[in-house]
Amino acid sequence: MKQTAIFDIISPIMIGPSSSHTAGAVRLGLLARNIYGETPKKVTFKLFNSYAQTGKGHGTEKGLLAGVLGLSVDDRRIKNIFDDEISKNIEYKFEYYEDFKKHPNSVDFVFENGRTMDIYGESVGAGEVVVRTIDGFSVKLSGKYNTLMIVYDDIPGMISKVTSLIQAKNINIASLHCDRYAKGEEASMCICIDGDLDNDVIEAVKKIDRVYFVSYIKKLEE
Amino acid sequence: METKGINTFEQLLEACNARGKRIWQIAQAYESEWCEVPVNKVRKCAMASLQAMKEAIRTGLQSTELSMSGMCGNDCAKLQKRFAERPAVFGKTFEKILTYALATSEENIRMGKIVACPTAGSCGIVPAVIIAIAEDFNISEERQVNALITAGEIGRIISAKVSLAGAVAGCQAECGAAAAMAAGAVTQLLGSPPKQVLNAVALALKNILGLTCDPVCGLVEVPCVKRNPFMAIIAMTACEMAMSGVESKIPVDEVVDAMDQTGQLMSPALKESSLGGLARTKTALELQKRLFG
Repeated sequence: MKQTAIFDIISPIMIGPSSSHTAGAVRLGLLARNIYGETPKKVTFKLFNSYAQTGKGHGTEKGLLAGVLGLSVDDRRIKNIFDDEISKNIEYKFEYYEDFKKHPNSVDFVFENGRTMDIYGESVGAGEVVVRTIDGFSVKLSGKYNTLMIVYDDIPGMISKVTSLIQAKNINIASLHCDRYAKGEEASMCICIDGDLDNDVIEAVKKIDRVYFVSYIKKLEE
Repeated sequence: METKGINTFEQLLEACNARGKRIWQIAQAYESEWCEVPVNKVRKCAMASLQAMKEAIRTGLQSTELSMSGMCGNDCAKLQKRFAERPAVFGKTFEKILTYALATSEENIRMGKIVACPTAGSCGIVPAVIIAIAEDFNISEERQVNALITAGEIGRIISAKVSLAGAVAGCQAECGAAAAMAAGAVTQLLGSPPKQVLNAVALALKNILGLTCDPVCGLVEVPCVKRNPFMAIIAMTACEMAMSGVESKIPVDEVVDAMDQTGQLMSPALKESSLGGLARTKTALELQKRLFG
């Protein structure tokens, strides 16, 4: 049985009109921004299915952009975000697609700021979101936990090296998800934790041999 | 206090009776334990939601701005104008409940700030009854917070069995759940014991079973906006009956089971897909063509 909290029911305080199409869009933008680690200079939003069809009437595009710019779901600037000072320094465009293999309310973010990153996420209801892929790697990020994401060579012992660094801080792992292109090739690991990681753990993970990319993705505010 | 494991209304009522507590007392203890925050933090969050609800009502009552589609946004002003000239048949409190619910749901569709309760499309129902009744019966903000926590607990227990999403169970699970939450909350607000609160929930829920989610053009506007005041009145009817000692013949947990089953039996065409019902009427299709080409 799914356990929920009262504040899943009488919240969030948000800009309307839709928890999935407006608040969910902002939260997807925020989570994608947290994954990317900074505000991108350039972003392409690829909206799918219901997001593409009814997004305009729900302020979905405004929400996505506001999230990428770091605004929270209850920020009144969302309504006029395209004219707001805060969106002057970012280049953005929206594209619209039908794809029945994808979730009804989904979006692909293509970020550019020197480096390119492709993040695909879904708005799964009541403002809850899930990021499913990052640069083609399958992940499952809901923004509810602080998450350590690592890209590395698929070799024996990598999971234990990383988790022992976390264990040394007496931090509990809520979930762990790995994926790889093929045996021995590039692989990804997402570790959701209870609590927060110190910077020294993240730096230590970065120093592990054959780790290429480390991102500490902060959870979204409730 | 050990509160984990309360996932039915029967368990909730047992916990209330065994400890001599009200629903909000059990609920805030549960929330404190589950979210690992002190009880005063739980109440602070609820107070923040309450204040945001009041702000949405204040702002909404003064605006006639239309939504992006142009379909909704200026009806609350019409009610206020008429009530100023000629009062509602059912009196002042009735006027407040209708206008507060409509003000909030109109504020939502013009991209104003609201509190999803449980969803954005149903955001006007719980605030309208709590705040209108509190004003007219001079009830303190602390007691309004108690009522809001009661509403949250009712929604939480319903959602343990039925996802509160139109796409899963139709509008039963959005405006319907909000009516049940509001019914219980206002019954608590007026000082009734837990048993009556839960009867109000059952009575309200029984009368929204089968409510479809068939939004015109796929937007949270028609029929959602005007549905909010209608549901607020269902909540008040349930409250009046429960406070008179009227009991639901079907226990509230079984009503939730019926709601779950009804949701599963409903055609996907009537669950937020805009493939049936009002969304496929001649006028709706014309509107869709005009808005989205």
